[in-house]
Amino acid sequence: MSIDAVTALNRFGLGARPGDLARVASDPRGALKAELQPDRALVPAGGEDGLAGTSANIQASFVADEARKRLREAQAVSRNVLLPSAMTAGGATAEKPEPQPELRIYRAEALARFGMARDAEIGFVERLAAFWSNHFCVSASKAPLLRASAGSFEREAIRPFVLGRFADMLQAVERHPAMLFFLDNVRSIGPESRAGGNGKRGLNENLAREIMELHTLGVGSGYSQADVTSLARVITGWTFAGREGRIGEPGAFTFNSAMHEPGDQMVVGHAYLGGGFGQGEAALNDLARHPATARHVATKLVRHFIADDPPPSAVDRIATVFRQRDGDLRAVAAALVDLPEAWSPPSAKMRSPQDLLMAAARLTGAKPADPAPWLGVLRMLGQPLWEPPGPNGYPDTAADWASPEAMKLRLDLAAQIAHGVKGFGIDGAPDPLALLDIAAGDALSPETRDAVTRAESREQGLALALMSPEIQRR
Amino acid sequence: MSLCELPSPSRRALLMGGTGCFAWAFLPRFARAAGGRDMRLVTIVLRGALDGLSAVAPIGDPAYADLHGDLALRLGGDHPALPLDGFFALNPAMPNFARLFRAGQAAVVHATATGYRERSHFDGQDVLESGHAGPGFTASGWLNRALAALPAGERVGIRGLAVGAVPPLVIRGPAPVLGWAPQAGPASAGDDLARRVLDLYARRDPALGSALAQGLATERMANASMGAAGRGDMGTPAGMRQAAEGAARLLAADDGPRIAALAFDGWDTHVNEGGATGRLAQLLGGLDAAFAALEAGLGDHWRDTTVVVMTEFGRTVHINGTVGTDHGTGTVAFLAGGAVKGGTVMADWPGLSAAQLYEARDLKPTTDLRAALKGILNVQWGLSRDVLARDIFPDSDGVGPLTSPFV
Repeated sequence: MSIDAVTALNRFGLGARPGDLARVASDPRGALKAELQPDRALVPAGGEDGLAGTSANIQASFVADEARKRLREAQAVSRNVLLPSAMTAGGATAEKPEPQPELRIYRAEALARFGMARDAEIGFVERLAAFWSNHFCVSASKAPLLRASAGSFEREAIRPFVLGRFADMLQAVERHPAMLFFLDNVRSIGPESRAGGNGKRGLNENLAREIMELHTLGVGSGYSQADVTSLARVITGWTFAGREGRIGEPGAFTFNSAMHEPGDQMVVGHAYLGGGFGQGEAALNDLARHPATARHVATKLVRHFIADDPPPSAVDRIATVFRQRDGDLRAVAAALVDLPEAWSPPSAKMRSPQDLLMAAARLTGAKPADPAPWLGVLRMLGQPLWEPPGPNGYPDTAADWASPEAMKLRLDLAAQIAHGVKGFGIDGAPDPLALLDIAAGDALSPETRDAVTRAESREQGLALALMSPEIQRR
Repeated sequence: MSLCELPSPSRRALLMGGTGCFAWAFLPRFARAAGGRDMRLVTIVLRGALDGLSAVAPIGDPAYADLHGDLALRLGGDHPALPLDGFFALNPAMPNFARLFRAGQAAVVHATATGYRERSHFDGQDVLESGHAGPGFTASGWLNRALAALPAGERVGIRGLAVGAVPPLVIRGPAPVLGWAPQAGPASAGDDLARRVLDLYARRDPALGSALAQGLATERMANASMGAAGRGDMGTPAGMRQAAEGAARLLAADDGPRIAALAFDGWDTHVNEGGATGRLAQLLGGLDAAFAALEAGLGDHWRDTTVVVMTEFGRTVHINGTVGTDHGTGTVAFLAGGAVKGGTVMADWPGLSAAQLYEARDLKPTTDLRAALKGILNVQWGLSRDVLARDIFPDSDGVGPLTSPFV
């Protein structure tokens, strides 16, 4: 069994399930490339509790918002006049609305995401989906509307393009209601637009700045404040329809020309004439193809898959492929596999909490019926699902994930999983050496084998196995 | 309230939600055995292999003091061992057990072992708990099969209780059992696990080692200032006592379970084991507190109770290079309760001279532990020798029940 098989499954994938090492051993690079099928990135259309699209999810949030508002008002009234709230809230026959549909939607989306990761062949495509979801992140913690739409954002704006073209993903992301809400573009109004009230209302530069700083060119790549302001003007009017549906289907993207700043704009040396929706489309297409974007994306990809300090030669290679193949992300993913740097042991990257949890689940066959315990684990370890600390996403280096506090929490988690915390989804106490054989095969270090062999109980052995560098790193 | 205010308990508490499995609502009523006694049985597995020679020391054996070196117990000094008879003395960390022993309610089986003669913890525990003659059988434990074999008239309701987040193998199997865990399993990893992970990192991944060491140091400071205890961790003295208290409460209820299985961790004392004081003594103190908690919690039922404490194997007679002991063979089992005819150390003492040791390193086992376990099930639970040799401890025809310590 080759060390390359371990590298393929861990560095590029989500860790081995029983038999995976043997399955990819004959051709690890080929196995990784074989997984690069665009449909593998898509969440299959669900069964009876299928996942809804963003506009339906946002509409559910609108309805819940209304109901919560009415309830608050009713409670205020009943407190004032000392009446039972039922008598003022529309009578006892009124059906009680679901208090938090957003949370139900979030959990269903989380369960689907966990299932995708657990059942993936290798998990390379899932890792790419998570990478791009983090590159273009939104946060569910900003508002109920985002809790309801963070999952469908990933399904609609990220996954269809994970093995497609970067420019197409960029276009889908920047017009997605979740992103427009998260980075405040729904509030940005062209000062000279019809809605601008002769300059009384104005721009919000948040999304425009992050498009340049985080999504495309990268900080320090030469764009100016004037470029940010211009791009902000260009994308005014990119919004979604409200609950009344005056400008379209509630919760669906719409271009509101009444909010759009009219006129020509210059962004990073290009002129975009005449305003309108096409102005923004054109600007995004050019940003997607800017050499600085290739370099920015390549650096992040190499940092994520190869090393905390990305080797310049590897970044050059990926940036070149990105440019030459016009942002073909499938070609870029294949180029990552072809990097010689990717195949040099030892595993230096620290697994993020999400990757660690998924690796542990794939290893043990854990299958939770309810996503809550896993969501709790991710929150405990500092990577709550779809809730990054800021628009720059979760960090991606060992310094962040292997901090003293984080290591202590990982140790606690390992002990809790090993002691069979209910809800994690493991039945009984698996043999830790058998698990390490599944995960690392011949690459298992004698030190880890010794430590686990000497453990005083199966539970302790399992906790040690989960804490071993073989599982913690990739 | 907005959804931004999702319930967000402390990160450490989060995993514990929903794990406590108090089963009051599911406790069935069942009839008391008409006319007969209403027995209780508590089994405690000490995971990691107890050093029997430091728990119940053969002070009268001329080779003992030299062989067990700095760990050897003595009748004099600051922490004198508690004499049980003219030959054996108890670790001073166990005053409750000594009191029960003097009252005729506790006994020791020494130089005992299961039929297992290798030195793997996992396999050794599997043999101890499965009741089979060798490793490889983990579908059910002997205590569960005993529950299933109880006379039909008495099998009303669920009689078994598994204590801990993971039911010990000894009580897993076809017969339904209740589950209960003190608090919710360990919220935070025990010291022994932390030490082992640090040791692994020291050899394999120093960067992770230094981060973890720093994290643990911070945690210790926080705990010291908040007075937090490792609740629910059954590798700590406090956790052992809590587990025993909870088990006793459940066992004492008229409509509660009758047979409980507990497991305490942390007995794998390779390094700085200590003797009359130190790490092993602390653990033995926890076990001793568990005896006291069971006695107090069971109240009138203590009269009809047997507690048996067992471990997968013993430890080396010699001290190793890190002032501890390595995996061995023969060791002790403790018996306590009002249904124990106590006050004796039962041992066909093999001796500790070089020629008398098992494989020149371990206390030679001379009493099959299964004999004592069979004795309990035969005398107090009415299981026949045939059933015991066939269903409960397969392939043990040659091991007859040891009936004398049980009433």
